[in-house]
Amino acid sequence: MFDRRLIENFDWGFLILILMIGSVGLVILYSAVSAGQDLSGVHVLFTKQVIWMCAGLCIMLMTLVIDFRELDKLSIFIFIFCVGLLVSVLLFGRMGGGSRRWLALGFVTIQPSELMKIALIISLASVYSNSVSETGLTFRKLIKPGIFCILPFILIVKQPDLGTGLLLLLIAGSITLFVKVEKKVLFSLSGICLAAVPLVWFTLKEYQKNRILTFLNPDRDPMGAGWHIIQSKIAIGSGMLTGRGFLKGTQNALSFLPEQHTDFIVSVLAEEWGFVGCSVLLILYFFLLFWGLNIAYGCRNLFGSILAFGLTAMIFWQIFINIGMVMGLMPVVGVPLPLVSYGGSSVVTNMVAFGILLNISMRKFSSN
Amino acid sequence: MGQFTKNPDKEWIKQRLMATSLCIMMVFVLLFLRLIYLQVIKGEEYRRLSEKNSVRLKSIKSSRGLIFDRYGNLLVENRPSFNLKIVLEDARPVEETLKKVSSLINISNEILLENIEKAGNGAFYKPLILKKDISREQLAIVEAHKFDLPGIHIDIEPTRHYIHKKSAAHLLGYLGEINGDELKSGKYPGVRTGDSIGKEGIEKSYERFLQGKRGGKQVEVDANGRIIKELKRVEPVSGKDLHLTIDLALQQTAEEQLKDKDGSVVALDPANGDVLVMASSPSFDQNDFIGGISKKKWKVLMDDPGKPMSNKAIQAEYPPASTYKIITSFAGLEEKLIDLNTKAYCPGYMNYGNRMYRCWMYKRGGHGEVNIVKGLAESCDVFYYQAGEKIGVDTLAQYAKGSGLGKKTGIMLANERSGLVPTSQWKKKRFNEPWQGGETLSISIGQGFNLVTPLQMAVVIAAVGNGGTLYKPRILKTVVDTNGEVIKKTEPEITGGLPASKETLKIVKQGLLNVVQGRHGSARQIKIKGTQIAGKTGTAQVYSRKKGEKFIKKGLAKTLRDHAWFVCYAPANDPIIAIAVMIEHGESGSRTAAPVAKKIIAKYLQSKGILKENEE
Repeated sequence: MFDRRLIENFDWGFLILILMIGSVGLVILYSAVSAGQDLSGVHVLFTKQVIWMCAGLCIMLMTLVIDFRELDKLSIFIFIFCVGLLVSVLLFGRMGGGSRRWLALGFVTIQPSELMKIALIISLASVYSNSVSETGLTFRKLIKPGIFCILPFILIVKQPDLGTGLLLLLIAGSITLFVKVEKKVLFSLSGICLAAVPLVWFTLKEYQKNRILTFLNPDRDPMGAGWHIIQSKIAIGSGMLTGRGFLKGTQNALSFLPEQHTDFIVSVLAEEWGFVGCSVLLILYFFLLFWGLNIAYGCRNLFGSILAFGLTAMIFWQIFINIGMVMGLMPVVGVPLPLVSYGGSSVVTNMVAFGILLNISMRKFSSN
Repeated sequence: MGQFTKNPDKEWIKQRLMATSLCIMMVFVLLFLRLIYLQVIKGEEYRRLSEKNSVRLKSIKSSRGLIFDRYGNLLVENRPSFNLKIVLEDARPVEETLKKVSSLINISNEILLENIEKAGNGAFYKPLILKKDISREQLAIVEAHKFDLPGIHIDIEPTRHYIHKKSAAHLLGYLGEINGDELKSGKYPGVRTGDSIGKEGIEKSYERFLQGKRGGKQVEVDANGRIIKELKRVEPVSGKDLHLTIDLALQQTAEEQLKDKDGSVVALDPANGDVLVMASSPSFDQNDFIGGISKKKWKVLMDDPGKPMSNKAIQAEYPPASTYKIITSFAGLEEKLIDLNTKAYCPGYMNYGNRMYRCWMYKRGGHGEVNIVKGLAESCDVFYYQAGEKIGVDTLAQYAKGSGLGKKTGIMLANERSGLVPTSQWKKKRFNEPWQGGETLSISIGQGFNLVTPLQMAVVIAAVGNGGTLYKPRILKTVVDTNGEVIKKTEPEITGGLPASKETLKIVKQGLLNVVQGRHGSARQIKIKGTQIAGKTGTAQVYSRKKGEKFIKKGLAKTLRDHAWFVCYAPANDPIIAIAVMIEHGESGSRTAAPVAKKIIAKYLQSKGILKENEE
């Protein structure tokens, strides 16, 4: 069962990249949670994050044990299990910040929508690997994957958590485009999406509309909805080329930044480490994504390739949406930055994704 | 290539992945460009904004100078007042925060909103005053809910406090917020919108000493407006303290006497013109003006027929009545038209033209034979009708003006009135009518067109007492800085001398002495054992009586009753105090005005050790 070749093929470079990004993340988090506190001790949130990181690494290593090809066979069960979790969130979930997103399981609370992302990627990889064709997918072949997307999307939006819901659609869309669809299908789907925009607008909640309007014009309400984004831009800009120095950011320390340890953590990095620090993180992410695509390329198994692509797409969208939002390039959506933002669910989900990628990478030579 | 198997076509995968890489690269280029835009191109600007975000300028108000009486008794101090302030930017959501404040301290939401508007809407970073001078109870509630009320904080500010409520209110004046015109006038350097300046009285006259210089501090605040640390500080400079010439105890004695009466009292030190007392009744509470007087209270003050806002000692003009006989005596004696031997027979009236001019003794058959001393002492009108007829209006006017009447005394208080000394020329100009001989008779006894202020009469009587020197009334003795060093000391200022020789003064003083000390003196009932008082009564007509009407008609409307005058000095031989008392509608100088002066003299001479306590 256990093959010596697996150790030889272990992707040390990818692991090191993950550890580097994780370390950068912890340094920034340290700043973010120490904001305005006296520095006599280490903040409890920092300690918690370190524990989550270690736990994440363990879970990542555990995912290596099972051959990724097993996931192909198990995909439908994984999907049903995660949908079941989403339903129970709606029924028994814990409220927090106006929405029902968490499920208490003994001493940990989990966020099933995070797990759903990976379950969806596995399911789509499984479906598409059996239906890919040179000319692209037809409408008929999109019905099944369509159901796989819409069902969890609706459950997540009902929580409500529009950000994760949209992220799910973006990931699914990326995978679908990657495996290619027929041209006429592509055009009609694009048409449907455009037509849906006004419909979606009316179903949005007031605060969601506000966020979008504020994104389009941040000065619309500088004291209300626009405040976060203005303060975030001030923090980033004031970092200038080399930053104000570790623990010296005033926007951060004087709590002008909202959610500075979760969604807006990049502002802390930008303020304290400047353009130089941001470039380092962006380059690390860039390498990470290319490494992921390389894993997809190297895999001799179509399911493995699509799975690797899907997981990379997931990481990519999180990075793009989070950094884009913090820099004022998109509306405020609560999407955490992989390996940097504080949060157990996010750390674990991403570690699982990295684990599967490593899994695919070390088993790239095995085909069917 | 055909149908895919589970093993992908390498070329196909490569082509799809290349497209993906291109997309990722484009996105990263976009992120980098945005980063360069924010941090490099706009970096400088955002750095400034971040500093502006966290660095606030707070001004430190200077404390206004204190005001003391001549013996160092505190009259006006600064007490701490607690002002509720809001920084709009930190109080988001503002409406909700205001609602909380409103329900906590029980002030209507509308008033709070109005105050924000007034304080300058649109200033997000500046603390705006939400409510001035909240009570200690309200302070405690706000402090207890501090963390539920973002952007709300309390500033302690020194606030003016007039210790002796209603006492010397007109003299001390009050503070009010500086208005637009005053700001533009350039007379108040360093004073900003919202600051208070003296609006009346001493507070206004000596603004330049009392007003200090504002300081400031640069502080770092967090997003909730809480001060994290102080970066820089410029200390404020306190205003200077004023030591007045007022005698607080004597002032309060005078005010006690004026209670329930309309009128005023001025007491001077004849030796130098120091104002010992300046009381005007009814009075008002200056503390009501702090933080802006309410419309309701202002209306009450304005509607009061007693005119509480007017300083009657310098802003009200009255006919001098019989106190003017002093002036007529100067003119007659100096012009040698009368002397000690000049005698008049007073049957109680005098016929002039085809009119009968009465003496106040008309009903009791007149004064009989009268010389100047008796004329003064018993206030015989007939004697002065005859003297006035000889002197003439214009000569009399010269003596009046020479005694300081008809012009401002020059006291350092705003809105002093100058009174009126009529001349034939004046009448021609004013009414385009020639002077009538009968009018000369009226003004000789101080009725008619003549107008004087109580302060002017006090200056005249003080000069009579001191041998003829006219002083400018002085209210400020010294200005002292916070280190206790005297930075200004005012000297007595002589403005002239009475137009009266020693002999003339001696005769007049004898007459005035007999007013109180003589057997038939018009104010003989105010004698004090142990000292001698010299003075002159006066009863100024408000209502011209028709022939045959009773002298004092019972039930005559109060506003038509005569004004009562009494001017005096004591001790008569070497006076240390000179007083003018005016009781509006007091009817009789001897019965209402003179007793007021008596109390003040007794109190003052006791305090100086000239009289024993409880001896009146």
